[in-house]
Amino acid sequence: MSERALQILQDAFPQLVEKFFTVTIPLTLMSFSLALIIAVIVAMIQYAHIKGLSFLCRVYIWIVRCTPLLVQLYLVFYGLPSIGIVLDAYPTAVLVFGINEGAYMAESMRGALEAVPSGQMEAGYCVSMTYLQTMWHVILPQAFRTAFPALSNSLISMVKGTSLASVITVTEMFRQAVVINGRVYESLALYTEVALIYLAFCSVLTLLQRWGEKKLSAYGGTR
Amino acid sequence: MLEIKNVHKSFDAHTEILKGIDLKINKGDVIAILGPSGSGKTTLLRCINYLERADSGTMIFDGEEYDMHAISKSSITRIRKKTAFVFQNYNLFLNKTVLQNVTLGLTSGRKMSRSDAKDAAMDALKRVGMADRIDAFPHQLSGGQQQRVAIARGLAANPEIIYFDEPTSALDPELIGEVLNVMRHLAEEGMTMLVVTHEMGFARNVSNYVLFMDDGKVIEQAPSKEFFSNPREERTRSFISSILKKGES
Ligand SMILES: Nc1ncnc2c1ncn2[C@@H]1O[C@H](COP(=O)(O)OP(=O)(O)OP(=O)(O)O)[C@@H](O)[C@H]1O
Ligand SMILES: [Mg+2]
Repeated sequence: MSERALQILQDAFPQLVEKFFTVTIPLTLMSFSLALIIAVIVAMIQYAHIKGLSFLCRVYIWIVRCTPLLVQLYLVFYGLPSIGIVLDAYPTAVLVFGINEGAYMAESMRGALEAVPSGQMEAGYCVSMTYLQTMWHVILPQAFRTAFPALSNSLISMVKGTSLASVITVTEMFRQAVVINGRVYESLALYTEVALIYLAFCSVLTLLQRWGEKKLSAYGGTR
Repeated sequence: MLEIKNVHKSFDAHTEILKGIDLKINKGDVIAILGPSGSGKTTLLRCINYLERADSGTMIFDGEEYDMHAISKSSITRIRKKTAFVFQNYNLFLNKTVLQNVTLGLTSGRKMSRSDAKDAAMDALKRVGMADRIDAFPHQLSGGQQQRVAIARGLAANPEIIYFDEPTSALDPELIGEVLNVMRHLAEEGMTMLVVTHEMGFARNVSNYVLFMDDGKVIEQAPSKEFFSNPREERTRSFISSILKKGES
């Protein structure tokens, strides 16, 4: 690698890392929190077979899963303004990523809820607990444990997915690299550097997932 | 204390599972329900505790009368606060320790303070001989131990009556005794119990009353001694002899 390229990488590194910590990670955390809230609510509605709402949830999951994320971003950011709905780039990204991943996570949560033995809820009733109390203390914790690997997967895929926000002008780490590259034309080196930063961070998340799974296994094998 | 009249239940239109069951329980009674598989024993208990909604029937609990089909949620809650249910497969909360299993219903369902709940829980766990395993999770316990914790979970709330649905039939033979012992102690202390069981020893020696069900109906009911020494119905006789034969082999 040429000395020039090395120098460029060195100069770019702090800028990329800065964008990673100030934009990519906060964007991921906000989107993921939104997705998690959506997922739990949607999964609980379906688990409880609440009539009209269950149907709406299925429609939501169907539409989100069957359209590309990129198209969803364009639709909200470039399309909605024409009917008077104008959102800034950053909130658009949080909203679209949250709603998108929420659909996948809702399916993981629903499966996990349904895997909890039905006797658990009945046992709750028999010690005078209500549906929601039993849900909160018994059913949801067990479902979270089952869904944990799938949810971790969603988080990791979201970290990488935030790079798509670059197409709606959010300057997260990847867009920062594109901007720098526009000045210096060092694609191979720069994009490799970006890839390595994603790789490093997602590796940490993978280790955290292993650690979390071990913690959660305190109450025994899968049931 | 508890009386039910003319309970009917079907899961689909063609087959009625309970065909008009009457049952009366006085304070301190230990009633054993016997009957062949599929006769509706579990369904009866589940209807009595409203895990299943009866199609029709009347319940009188502590002097108050309820329509078992149209009963309100708040009435169900009120009745459940005075009862406990022990399941065939224990149904301990899998994500909770032994102690938490017993306290959870007290603190969250009954709004008892943490320290009161813990005292009540330890007391109940001592009675079933599980006070030394309070930090274990259900999967770390034998079936017999799990069932004893499940009994403690019910006991801790100081119920007026405990329903048991074949509490020992999921257990290895060598673990049945420890659970039956706990139940015998409860009976001696005057606890009111309604017990679906295949344990003839328990029905004969511990329960004071036996109710024999077949095909969704009560075929015969009598004080235990009388039931075993002098069964009146032909179906009862053949059931008793078939069970005794199984016991010998
Ligand atoms: N949820 C349900 N849906 C449909 N049918 C059911 C349901 N629960 C029970 N049944 C049917 O009701 C009948 C009585 O079942 P129940 O479990 O009450 O019998 P049991 O006397 O407890 O039998 P066992 O001794 O085998 O436990 C059975 O034929 C069973 O198939
Ligand atoms: Mg049964």
